[in-house]
Amino acid sequence: MTAPARTDAAPLPADRIARLSGFGMSSAADGYLFRPTSPDEIREAFELARKAGRQVTLRGAGRSYGDAAIGAECVVLDFTRMNRILSWDKTSGLLEAEAGATVEEVWRHTLEDGWWPPVVSGTMHPTLAGALAMNIHGKNNFVEGTLGEHIAEIEFLPPSGEARNLTPDDDLFFAVIGSAGLLGAITKVKLRMKRVECGDLRVLPVSCPNWDAQFAAFEEMEAGADYMVSWIDAFARGSAAGRGLFHAAWYLTGVSDPAPTLRPEHQDLPDTILGRFPKADAWRWLRRFNRRFWMRRLNFAKHLAARTLGNGRPHPQSLVGFSFLLDYVPNWRWAYLPGGFIQYQSFVPKEHARFVFARQVAMQQEAGMESFLAVMKRHRPDRFLLSHAVDGYSLALDFKVTERNRAKIWDLCHRMNDLVLECGGRFYFAKDSTMRPDDARRYLGEEALGRFRNLKRELDPDGLLTSELARRLRLFENSD
Amino acid sequence: MSVFTKAIVVGASSGIGAEIARVLAERGCKVAVVARRMDRLERLRGENPERVFAFRHDVLCYEEVPALFQEITKQLGGLDLVVYAAGVMPEIGPNEYDFAKDKAILEVNLLGCVAWMNQAAIRFENTRSGTIVAIGSVAGDRGRAGQPVYNASKAAVATYMEALRNRLARHGVRVVTVKPGPTKTEMTEALHQRGMMDARTAAEIILRKSRKTGEHYLKLSHALAFWVVKRIPSPIFRRMKL
Repeated sequence: MTAPARTDAAPLPADRIARLSGFGMSSAADGYLFRPTSPDEIREAFELARKAGRQVTLRGAGRSYGDAAIGAECVVLDFTRMNRILSWDKTSGLLEAEAGATVEEVWRHTLEDGWWPPVVSGTMHPTLAGALAMNIHGKNNFVEGTLGEHIAEIEFLPPSGEARNLTPDDDLFFAVIGSAGLLGAITKVKLRMKRVECGDLRVLPVSCPNWDAQFAAFEEMEAGADYMVSWIDAFARGSAAGRGLFHAAWYLTGVSDPAPTLRPEHQDLPDTILGRFPKADAWRWLRRFNRRFWMRRLNFAKHLAARTLGNGRPHPQSLVGFSFLLDYVPNWRWAYLPGGFIQYQSFVPKEHARFVFARQVAMQQEAGMESFLAVMKRHRPDRFLLSHAVDGYSLALDFKVTERNRAKIWDLCHRMNDLVLECGGRFYFAKDSTMRPDDARRYLGEEALGRFRNLKRELDPDGLLTSELARRLRLFENSD
Repeated sequence: MSVFTKAIVVGASSGIGAEIARVLAERGCKVAVVARRMDRLERLRGENPERVFAFRHDVLCYEEVPALFQEITKQLGGLDLVVYAAGVMPEIGPNEYDFAKDKAILEVNLLGCVAWMNQAAIRFENTRSGTIVAIGSVAGDRGRAGQPVYNASKAAVATYMEALRNRLARHGVRVVTVKPGPTKTEMTEALHQRGMMDARTAAEIILRKSRKTGEHYLKLSHALAFWVVKRIPSPIFRRMKL
C-alpha cells in the first residue's frame, strides 16, 4: 500500500469534514458533508466525488439507528435542504414533495384537509427519501404494508445517467425502494395519503401478563384493528416473561365535530411534563436512571401501571400522540451517552415468533444485558427486492452500548441472528448495527442479492454509492 | 477514545517518529508513515504490511500537504491521531551564524509542523475529536548558547501548540506537546551524552502521555529539573554552563 505523495485527486474543501453518526450514536464516521438543494447539485456532487476519487453516501435526517447513513471518508449528501412540498391535491390526497421533506412536514401540510400519511415511523423526523430508502413500516404494517406500497411515483437519479420517474409498473421501483440509497438518489416523491375523518384514534390498551397473552391479543385484534403495537418488559422472566402492554387502535368515524382535532394545536405534543417540567431537559434526568438497576424497576412500574390504570378501557388519542411515541421526550437518545445504543430488531414468521422472541429475551437476560425498551409489532410480506418484512412479528430491543460491553452485545446479537435465520426470519437495514455479511446473505437470499448486484453494476458502474452498512455487509461483493 | 486506530506520523523514517509508528502498528493501529527516505519507510512497512502505509514527502514541500493529508485520510479510512516528529539539529559551532543552517532548522522543525498541524486542526475541529501531538524538546525551555535556532524552533513549536490547544479544547480535540530530553537517535549521535533514553521507551511514554491534552515531559525528573531551570533568572542563567 505504498502511495506516491502526489495524487491526481482534486482535494475536497477541508472544512467540509464532519463526524456523522447513526441515530443510536454507537457508530460514527467522518465524511465530507454537502447539502444539495436540487438534482443538479446532486449531480455536481457526484462529479466532485469522482474527481476527488471518493465514494458517496446518501443521508436523510440521519434517523437510521446504525451505520446506513454514514460513510467513512465519503462525500456525504444530506438531503434536508430539499424539503419543499411541491404540490398537494386535497381531493385526491396525492402529495408531491422533494426528497428531504420530513414526515412531520407532510402531516402538518395535509392533516387539516383530512389526510394522514398512510405509513409512519415511531418518530416524525425521517425524510421521505430516507423513509423510502429503508422502506419504513409503522404500527399498521399488517394492514397497510410499507411506505413504498403507497407511492405513486418517485424521481430517481442514479450515478450513471439521467433522472427517471419510476412507478409501481416498473420492476426497478421495487428494487430502488428499500435499497438503502445504494442504487441512486430518490429526489422527488408522489405519495398517496390516507383519508381520515378525525384527528383522533380510538386506542385500546390491554395489559398482558406473559407471551401467550401477547400473541393472543395480536391474533384477536388482527382482523379489525388499524394499528397494533405492544411494549414488552424485557426484564420479566419465568411465568411472567413476555409481560407488557398491548395497544390496538382504530380510526374514528362518525364524530360530530372532527375539524378541531385535525389542527396542529390539537395534535402537537406538549412541551412540558405534567404541565410544569420542561421536556427539553428530560433526557438529563433520564440519563441518571438509564442503567440496569433503575430500568428494571421502571419497566416493572410501567407494567403495574398498565395492569391497573385504564386496562381494557378504550380512549381517544391524537394521531400524533399515538404514532410518534419516540418524539415524546426530545433528544431522549442522549440519555444513552457517551456510548450510545443499538436497536436490535428481528422479523420472524408467525409460526416461530413466540419461540424466537421468548428465547431472545431469555438470552439477553442470561447475558445480563436486558433491553431497556422492547417493542413488538405485526407484519406482512411485501414484494420489494431487499424487503425486511415477513408474515409474522418483529421484536425490537434497545441495548445500551458502553466501551466495556460492546463486544458482549455484538456477540449476543450474533447468537440471536443465528436463531432468527434458522427460523426464516429477516432483518432491517434501518435498525441494524451488528449483522455479519453472511447473515445478510442468508436472509436476503442469493437470488435477490444477485439481482441487486446486477442493478448496482448497471446504475452505478463506478461503485460511487456506498455506506458503512454496505461495506460491513459486503453487499456489493459476490460471495463466490 | 483512549486507543488510537488511525494515525499519521510525519518524520517516521528514523528516531522517535519511527518508533512511535512501530508501536502504534504493533498495537493494531493503522499508521501512515510520512518521510523523505522511502527505503526507511519501506522497511517499516515490511514489519507490518497490513497496517503501515508509506508516503514519500519532504516536509519543506508545504504546498503538498493539504492534498496529501486528504489522500492519507482516505486510505486510512479516517483519522484520530497526527504526530509531527520531523526534526533536525545540525551541529553548530560556538561562534557559527550560518543562516542557511538556521533556516533549514526552522523550516523542518517549525514550518513543516505548522503546515501539517493546520490540516489536522481543520479536520479535528470539524469532527470534534482527535489528538494532535508535536515533539517539542526540553531544549525549547531556555535559549542557550549552543543551539540558538534549534532552541527557538522548539520554543516556537510549544507556543504554536499551546495556541492550537486554546483554539481546539472547546471542540474536544487533544493537543499535546511532548518534551523529550536527550534521546538516542540518529539526530543526537553527535551529542555523545550518557544516560540518554532510547527511542522506543520515549515513543511508548509519548503515546501514553498523548491521552491527556497539555505539555508533558517524559520523566518526572525532567519535569522537576526544568521547572527549576525555567525559573533561573537570566543574569544567573547566562553564567551557568547548562
